[in-house]
This record gives sequence, C-alpha cells and structure tokens, in this order.
Amino acid sequence: MKTITEIRKDFPILNMKVNGKSLVYLDNAASSQKPVQALDAFCRFCESRYANVHRGVHTLGEHATTDYEAARTKVAEFVNAPSSKGIIFTRGTTESINLVAYAFGRRFVKHGQAILLTPMEHHANLVPWQLMAKSVGAELRFWPMKPDGTLDMEAGKKLLDSSVALVAITHVSNVLGTINPVREIALMAHQVGAKVLVDGAQAVPHMPVDLTEIDADFYAFSGHKMLGPTGIGVLWGRLDVLEDMEPFLTGGEMIKEVYLDHATWNDLPYKFEAGTPPISEAITLSAAISYLNDVGMEWVYSHTRALTSKAYELLSQEPGVTVYGPAVDRGPVVAFNVAGIHPHDLAALLDQEGVAIRAGHHCAQPLMRWLEVQATARASFYLYNTMEEIDVMMDAIRMAKKVLRVA
Amino acid sequence: MSHDLYGEILLDHYRLPRNHGRLENPTITVEGTNPLCGDELTLDLEFTGDHLTNISFSGRGCAISVAATSMLTELLKGKTIHEIEEWTGNFRTFIREGKAPDGVDMGDIQSLAGVAQLPVRVKCATLPWTTLEQGLVRYKGT
Ligand SMILES: Cc1ncc(COP(=O)(O)O)c(C=O)c1O
Repeated sequence: MKTITEIRKDFPILNMKVNGKSLVYLDNAASSQKPVQALDAFCRFCESRYANVHRGVHTLGEHATTDYEAARTKVAEFVNAPSSKGIIFTRGTTESINLVAYAFGRRFVKHGQAILLTPMEHHANLVPWQLMAKSVGAELRFWPMKPDGTLDMEAGKKLLDSSVALVAITHVSNVLGTINPVREIALMAHQVGAKVLVDGAQAVPHMPVDLTEIDADFYAFSGHKMLGPTGIGVLWGRLDVLEDMEPFLTGGEMIKEVYLDHATWNDLPYKFEAGTPPISEAITLSAAISYLNDVGMEWVYSHTRALTSKAYELLSQEPGVTVYGPAVDRGPVVAFNVAGIHPHDLAALLDQEGVAIRAGHHCAQPLMRWLEVQATARASFYLYNTMEEIDVMMDAIRMAKKVLRVA
Repeated sequence: MSHDLYGEILLDHYRLPRNHGRLENPTITVEGTNPLCGDELTLDLEFTGDHLTNISFSGRGCAISVAATSMLTELLKGKTIHEIEEWTGNFRTFIREGKAPDGVDMGDIQSLAGVAQLPVRVKCATLPWTTLEQGLVRYKGT
C-alpha cells in the first residue's frame, strides 16, 4: 500500500510552483493529473510496440493489437462489465453519449415517446437528447430534485411510465456531488420497458463501479478524469442492445465487407470504432487503471470522501459561504459561493496562492438556474490531495475576502 | 499574474463604482451579457446632440467587469461620439497588447493591463465597451 507521500511523488506536476506558491490542484472534476507510470507506459508503447491495430500482419501491428485489446479487457475488468465486447473506445463521455443519441435514440425512440433526464445533467448528457428528441418528435422529461440536490424518488416514479423510452442520468453530479441511486433507477426503468444510460464521468474515477450490478444498458466515462490521457473515453453497452443498433461513425475498421454500393458491419465492439482508434491513449489509460488498482479504489473512495467531508464542513462554517448539494453521501466535488465575490474573482485570487479551483457554470447551466446562481466556485479532490491542502484553500478564501473587503 | 490584477485602482473602482445606478431619462438603454460568467450589464446613455452628456450602469459582474465599466463611464462622460469611437479603438489595442497605443494615457484603465494575458477574463473587461458600441449604433440609427 502506497502512502500519500509516495502517491504524490508519482505525479511530478504536483511539485510545481504557481505564482511562487506550491500548487494545490483542486480541479480534478474537470481533469485529473497523470502519474509517471501512465506517462512511461505511453513512451514505452510508442518506442517499442507502436503500429496501427487490426490491420498489419507484421510484428508491430500484432503487438499493438495485443496491447490495445488488453487495454479493453483491463477496462472491462475495472468496471466489472459483463463482457469486454461491450466496451467501445470513444474520444470521451461526450462522444459516448452522442453515439447512443444517434445510433440508439434516432432509431429506437419514437415520436411521442419520452426521454427522462434530471436537471443536474452535464450539457454532455442533455444537449444530445435535446437534438435527438427534436428530430424524432420525442418529449424530454426531468426527474424532480429535492432542495438538497438529491433526486425526489417518489416524484420521479410518477414520470417513469411506459411512454419513457430512455432514462439518461448522471451517476455522480459534477456540481452537487450527488450520488444517484442508478441501480434502483435502472430496475425501475426496466420494469416499464425503458432503456437506461448512465453518465459515469464523475463516478468511475472515484469509486468502485460494478456495471454488472448496476445493470444499465449504457454507461459512459472519460479517461482524462481518471489519471489517463485526453482523447479516450468508454461507452459500455449491453450486447443485445448494441447488436440492434446501426453504426454511429462509419469508415474503416467498423466494416466487414464493403461493395461499391453497400457495406456490412463488423462485429462488436468494432462496429462502433470507425477509423484508427485512440491506440496509444488506450494503452496509457490501461496503465492509469493499473495505478488505480494498485492504490485500490476502496482507498481512493474513502480518502476523497474524507477530504470532501472536511472541505464541506470548513466551507459551511465559513461566514458568507454557501455550499451546494447534499451534506452526506456525496462525490468529491464541493460547489460553493462566497457572498459578495464573483466566483471568477475568487478563482483568480486563489490562483494567486497557487490554489487551482474551477469557477463558472460547470457545463450545467440548467442546474445553475435551479440553484438560482449565475455561477459557482468548485473544489474537487482526488487521491493525491491532502487535508493540509484544504487548509491552504480555506486560508486563500479568507485572503480573497480580505482583498475584496468582504466581511 | 493575478497579483497586479487586483491592484488598488481596480479595487477602488470595484468597491466604489463611479456612475453606478440608473438615469431618470436615458436616451438609450442597452444591455450586455457575458454568458460564460453570467455577467449582466445595463448602460443608461443620455445624449445631447453628439455629446454623451450622462452615463450610468447597473447589473452584476465580477470585479474586473465592474471596475472596467466604472472606469469607462468616468472616462467617457461628456465626450463626443467621435471621441468615444477613438477611445474604443484605443481600448481594443490596449486590451489586445497589454499596453496603451503610443502617446495615449489610459488613466485608471491602465490598471487593467494584466487582463490582456488572461484570455478568459478579457471578455469581462471588454463587456462595457462592446455594450456601449451597440448603444452608439442604436443612437446613430435614431
Ligand atoms: C458528469 C459529466 N458528464 C460528462 C462530462 C464530459 O466529459 P468529456 O468532456 O470528457 O467528454 C463531464 C466532464 O466534464 C462530466 O463531469
């Protein structure tokens, strides 16, 4: 078991000075930093095993294909997917959800049917459905939330009737930190014949996720938020559902036979991986997952949970600060506002102290309206953050209040 | 970077904004928003011939947008449309390059020089200027 000091050594960027101060990186929900183990894996692969996959019969082509497919198996095991054939590599959560909106939504959601979403969705799990609903004449419904930012299960049940074709819901909110009961929701949805997509962008990096247990139909996440590189994400889909779908992007890789006037589709998962896939990114992601496995996802979960509790508590006690989202059972993001300080000013003043937080609408404008704010500040934690860093953040917040003369 | 950004001059305009509030009888009222930050700005403009005889602002925004607006109103109150257009050009050069055009004294606005290096915040400082430009277009069209 690595100590936190050892973990921090694996992330060279954490030694950086920002504005003369030690970096305190608290913008992990936007993107995480990368350990040397993942960077090394990228270099080793590119230096000794790189070629395109599924094409060449030469040695490097075979090595690259072996590694790429091993990465798929690694991802499948990490989230306990029923089959690695249902693991599709995409560019990220956004592309994964768009894939489903086009290849599933436009084909199987019918005029007059409904898609059930929540007001806490990231734009990535909202805008694709708006477009899709418009194009087929479907209706969007929104699962009501309680004042603490959790879903109102009773009110939601009433909206979940047999006219609902799909429930698309985030596993963990990137603003409120709410952890939604996706297992229960998948069960309820299946009882009325609806399919379920879960946006796991903020869940997979931070807690053990078991896709077999959740039993949704689609589950999406991004590599860059879980110590991996940008440019790679995952869509897991149930095989029978994926089989019935037409391709999303088309071109090389995803075909079986091509004639001048038509083509037949490759087997799963290749049917949905058109063109040269993110090969080196998949290998790097695989190394990032090995790193998370070494540390242990249970440890990651409890460590970030402890950080979150401390931050939530200190922020709640701080005069003038409003914290959003549930007090307990939450993911490692804490959104807040300081009365009299625009979040952008707060983030800029914290940056002066080396503290990186996010400020803005967090790609969740409808949720900002629900909270009746223009924007919020947001601190988000990961395995390499420490309790002391939260104290540094609190001191920086007090400094910002002083600079802007807020009591 | 942000060190010099929140300097005394900027903070003074933020804490005690000049020409803040609404005018009784504005010739033109124009609104500007910055959806990225949620900044909302309303400018009340009172023209007499080609003179901007009075100007005031209201709305909400970050320290940079509030201070930048306050500075704009202080600088441009009483100026002619021609002078305002000249200042708009000066400001654009200033915010793009981080320094005033040769021979131009930007006054308090000089304190916004650091913003030029922060692409995300440039819009905050530019909002009052683009909003005023729309107001001028509307006035000239009347
Ligand atoms: C909940 C949630 N969904 C979707 C996304 C989009 O992920 P990506 O930008 O990697 O496609 C994010 C990340 O910003 C997120 O937090």
